[in-house]
Amino acid sequence: METTTHHEDLHRDDTASKLGMWLFIFTEILLFGGMFIVYSVYRFKNPVAFHIAHEELSIPMGFINTVILLISSATVAISISSIQKGDKKLTIQMLVVTLLLALTFLINKYFEWGAKFEHGMYPGSELMSNLSHGDMLFFSLYFFMTGLHAVHIIVGMILLGVSLYKVQKGLVHSTRFVLLENSGLYWHLVDLIWIFLFPLFYLIH
Amino acid sequence: MAEHTEHKHEPNYLEYQGKYKGLMGWLTSTDHKRIGLMYFYAMMTFFLSGVVMGLLMKLELIAPGEQLMGAQTYNGLFTVHGLTMIFLFVIPGVAAVFGNLFLPIMIGAKDVSFPRLNLFSWYLYMIGAMVVLGSQFIGDGPPDTGWTFYAPYSLKTNTNVVFAVTGAFILGFSSILTGLNFIVTMHRLRAPGMGWMRMPLFCWTLYGTGWIQLLATPVVGITFLMVVAERTLGIGFFDPALGGDPILYQHLFWIYSHPAVYIMILPAMGAITEIVITFSRKTVFGYTAMVISSMAIAFVGYFVWGHHMYTSGMSSTARWVFSFITFLVAIPSAIKVFNWTATLYKGSINLQTPFFWAIGFIFVFMIGGFSGLVLGSLATDIHVHDTAFVVAHFHYIVFGGTGFAFFAALHYWYPKIYGKVYNGKVANIGLVIFFIGFNLLYFPMFVLGIMGMPRRYYDYLPMFHTPNIISTVGSWILAIGLIIVIVNLLRARKGSGKEIDNPWDGRTLEWRIASPPIVENFEEVPTVDHEAYDYK
Repeated sequence: METTTHHEDLHRDDTASKLGMWLFIFTEILLFGGMFIVYSVYRFKNPVAFHIAHEELSIPMGFINTVILLISSATVAISISSIQKGDKKLTIQMLVVTLLLALTFLINKYFEWGAKFEHGMYPGSELMSNLSHGDMLFFSLYFFMTGLHAVHIIVGMILLGVSLYKVQKGLVHSTRFVLLENSGLYWHLVDLIWIFLFPLFYLIH
Repeated sequence: MAEHTEHKHEPNYLEYQGKYKGLMGWLTSTDHKRIGLMYFYAMMTFFLSGVVMGLLMKLELIAPGEQLMGAQTYNGLFTVHGLTMIFLFVIPGVAAVFGNLFLPIMIGAKDVSFPRLNLFSWYLYMIGAMVVLGSQFIGDGPPDTGWTFYAPYSLKTNTNVVFAVTGAFILGFSSILTGLNFIVTMHRLRAPGMGWMRMPLFCWTLYGTGWIQLLATPVVGITFLMVVAERTLGIGFFDPALGGDPILYQHLFWIYSHPAVYIMILPAMGAITEIVITFSRKTVFGYTAMVISSMAIAFVGYFVWGHHMYTSGMSSTARWVFSFITFLVAIPSAIKVFNWTATLYKGSINLQTPFFWAIGFIFVFMIGGFSGLVLGSLATDIHVHDTAFVVAHFHYIVFGGTGFAFFAALHYWYPKIYGKVYNGKVANIGLVIFFIGFNLLYFPMFVLGIMGMPRRYYDYLPMFHTPNIISTVGSWILAIGLIIVIVNLLRARKGSGKEIDNPWDGRTLEWRIASPPIVENFEEVPTVDHEAYDYK
């Protein structure tokens, strides 16, 4: 075994890392896929209740969060293309913007959930257990699916944060950026899932 | 790279001393061979504890009425027996142990693509195992739902369901990461000249398995999360009293758990294929057909989950469609059996222990397969659903299939793993006793099932007594055979057996390197210029 860098380069395989990330994304899609099946079944069984319950959700809030995530996908994409060009400063700026947008999303979510909690609406609450079955399923699914999505947002933020740190340290640079690329891929997935969650819960009648 | 006998200067993976020594050297090792062995030791421990639980259940069933334990203890025992055997032994089973040990070597690589992730998978496996087994001892008593956690009972029972389900979720994660690692490894690390269609067939089965692990496991993962949420937060996903649908739970559960059967059996079939070829000393009959059948089993296996639910209340259209697809999946399995037999034809068969295990596998697997047809057809399934017949069927497939293949693979690769040779005569005696015990144990259950004895009861009517006695005695004989097999292997490990690089005249790459392999597997990266099995 020679020097450390040499050893690492010997085993480095960016294509493999990216392939691995794609496979993991398939897994994530099926994880949410299971949820989407459950959602469809219960929506099919309780069409009226789901329709009435969905009006309780604030479309502007959901819309703002959708826009935030779409922009954050763009900024993360810019950060990747700028690291490829060797523009470290822009990469860092764009990653910081992405992280701030992600944080804004979570803060929005906090207020959205918080308002429902204040009205006594949360899983296991007395109000929830007095709702009709259809309403209860809708809100259960709402809390569970958006909650799981929020967990993914946090995981994505951790990945982007690690990438940011490594860009600053110069460990991720124009010829070695697969970590950032993979974090970006993951971030797009998180965004994509929200793009399905938003219409399912907020929009469709 | 014909014969390597002079390699004493390179330390092998067993004696290699890295940064850490002794046990820590193993627990921090990212060497795929060491990880494979760590899976092996952990798995054998869990397997043997599962065997003890099985023996206790059979002892309870030696006569009608309460013998050793009451209903609740028995319910806990069959649940944890099922969880242990399914999630800790047969699902990771052949893939995690022998896949880790030999997949990189067989394709001419130094390791898997993500060695650290591989070690992480092992830790996840151990954590999941501790949580699952912990559910037996702590809190409100062992879960009593059966390993399927069917709603709504799993939502109502006061036992440790949350623990067991969480453990299963963690194990699923471990399984996903192993599958991901193997797929990427096969895409990226095949040695020069090792084209896809030159890969040994064991690798192909691992490839199919990897895809099932990736695409089926998350579905059960989310389902288990929903069960946890339902139990802890009172969300009504599956409880009909809260508007949920228990049948939906069954669908989601079997969308994973049926393909999981193929996670168990595909690598087992792969190992058997290697053994049949090596001990026929003849190239495989129908390499391409074997590859296609592996992938077809993996693919079609996704669409048959409904055959677990013929009596649960599905539409009759759904039932006949599922029944039809179930029969379809029998075709690629049959192709494999046909090709094994055709490979034997005119081969110069070498009668050694691994070969006998492989033949034992084919025998019990066929009984399991044919009884599966009885369960797959709508009319007969209604009669034997939830009876001892089902228990007999899946023990023939899961234990008879994967279990036999596991021991076949162990006897096949043992000299490569340890560089030691075991006593073949004792191994054969152990196998014969094991085989007799196995059939005595499980075959009477077919009869009992057709007579109408339901599964999962600690008690039964006196009319079922005789076959139950035979079955219990069979469990003892099986245990004796198992002890002989294991003690024989342990003695070979301790003993001074001679070191042999290629005892069976195998042709795949692992037989062309030293036993035990050196840390980096190959002294130089091999260039492959021959088909997988280049026998004359």
